[in-house]
Amino acid sequence: MSHETLNGATPKPAMVRRGKTVMQRIEPALWIVASLSMFVGLWEIAWWRGWANPLLLPPPHIFLANLPDQFRFFDPNGHRAGALASGGSIWSVLGVIGWSSLRVLGGLVLGFTLSVFVGLGIRYFYVFGKLMLPIVTMLAPISPVAWIPVAVFVFGIGNPPAIFLVFIAIFFIMTLATLSQIDNVPKNYIQLAMIMGCSKRQIYRYVILPTILPDLFVTLRMNLFAAWMVVLIAEAVGVGSGLGQVTMMARNTFNSSLVFFTMTLIGITGFAFDQALRYVQRKVLWWVGPSTVGGL
Amino acid sequence: MTLGLSLKNVSKIWNPDGPDPVPAVVNLSLEVDNGEFVVLLGPSGCGKSSLLYVVAGLESATQGNVTFDGLEITAPSPERSLIFQEASLYPWLTVQDNITFGLKIAGATESKMVKAADRLLRLVGLVGAGDKRPHELSGGMRQRAALARALTMEPKVLLMDEPFAALDIQTRARMQQHLLDIWSTSGASVLLVTHSIDEAIALADRIVVFTSRPGQIKSEIRIDAPRPRDLRSAEMIDLARQCEAHLAEEVEKAFKEQEFI
Repeated sequence: MSHETLNGATPKPAMVRRGKTVMQRIEPALWIVASLSMFVGLWEIAWWRGWANPLLLPPPHIFLANLPDQFRFFDPNGHRAGALASGGSIWSVLGVIGWSSLRVLGGLVLGFTLSVFVGLGIRYFYVFGKLMLPIVTMLAPISPVAWIPVAVFVFGIGNPPAIFLVFIAIFFIMTLATLSQIDNVPKNYIQLAMIMGCSKRQIYRYVILPTILPDLFVTLRMNLFAAWMVVLIAEAVGVGSGLGQVTMMARNTFNSSLVFFTMTLIGITGFAFDQALRYVQRKVLWWVGPSTVGGL
Repeated sequence: MTLGLSLKNVSKIWNPDGPDPVPAVVNLSLEVDNGEFVVLLGPSGCGKSSLLYVVAGLESATQGNVTFDGLEITAPSPERSLIFQEASLYPWLTVQDNITFGLKIAGATESKMVKAADRLLRLVGLVGAGDKRPHELSGGMRQRAALARALTMEPKVLLMDEPFAALDIQTRARMQQHLLDIWSTSGASVLLVTHSIDEAIALADRIVVFTSRPGQIKSEIRIDAPRPRDLRSAEMIDLARQCEAHLAEEVEKAFKEQEFI
């Protein structure tokens, strides 16, 4: 009796995937193209009709026209605040993006790991929880921007303050999210573990942690953009390299074309980051259905 | 010393010291022999489930004694396994890993776990589904996997909290038959909570009818007829009428109380 029910009920997902037409596959991409075209189109029309001053709001065809000229402003090492006399290739642009990305990544990994551990610790150790929770709750609403002076006092200039700020941007909020996730673990899961003879430590390790991870990852993704914003601010203020520094330099030299070019890079990189996180989420947290991963 | 499960003058009051204590079960005594199949039948919210949680050791009785084979029940144990209305399989584990979860916690070797999983998957009719993930199974299959998970630990008592309530009628009938087959070979006693009279009659050695909240025993009905039972036979219809009569008063009472709230 088991076999017919088995065959009837299981292999559907694979079939559905195979049955997708070409149109269904490329449809999401088409929507992205349509959405961006509309945005760029309106901008170009505004320029063409003379509504937008090309000096202040240069449309994409202007700020994307002379790429090598833009590239000269990107120095991954951050030694030069201004145009490079020579060099400045696509590689230097990628280098700058890479530095910013690494700072975000470092802060995210550090913040995610520590917040999950601290969150688990708050619920696991009674005294630790009672002592930590008020601190976390009080520090959580402070904007990461307010932490910039602290970051510079403590870590000086360079990568550490930027990573620290990304860490701050997600740590408190993720710790609180961890707590709320722990409190929402289905009671049945824990009761079952108790019946099966799990110790408290085993319940946290084998039941609570895997239950909360998927939703925490979604929270992390939602906070990714906050982390990006913070790293740009940090770079603009104190780090001395990265996309934020280029934006700030462009602002100071009134190079609006470079401002928009850098903003484009930031948008694309943030988008790629989000896609990458989605991919990791699907691979690592395979038990979460695709519906909960979110659209796009 | 009494063998089997014994509840003496047990009361379970939720929130006993708070401003609004809720008595779930009051002064209830019940014995379940080893190997016996007892069904607790009663209107929803009558405290049947609370009683199950007390027996599982997940909740402690506010008053009274709960013993199993003469020993007081103070904590949950794999020998008194609980099966919920929802299968509650861990979604991050395969069906096989779910089934052997208790063995893993107990420190069993890999080969022992594989052997146990094979045996239990065959027992509950899920051969070939071991590598599947819970969300790939139908509701009935999930509940069978949950049953297998409980059976892995060779429980002496199976506590079942409306285990088939979420299944459609056809699946439910098959699951009941399946449960009877497993029960008759395992030697475990079963304490099953339901509000379905048909289910109670199809399964039970003894039906314990509950009053509406606070739960007390209204009556006990022993059924000696061999299984599988034909629920449309005159004898079974007569039993169903009896249960219905007992139950109707209580449902009426519960209904009135809720209206006043």
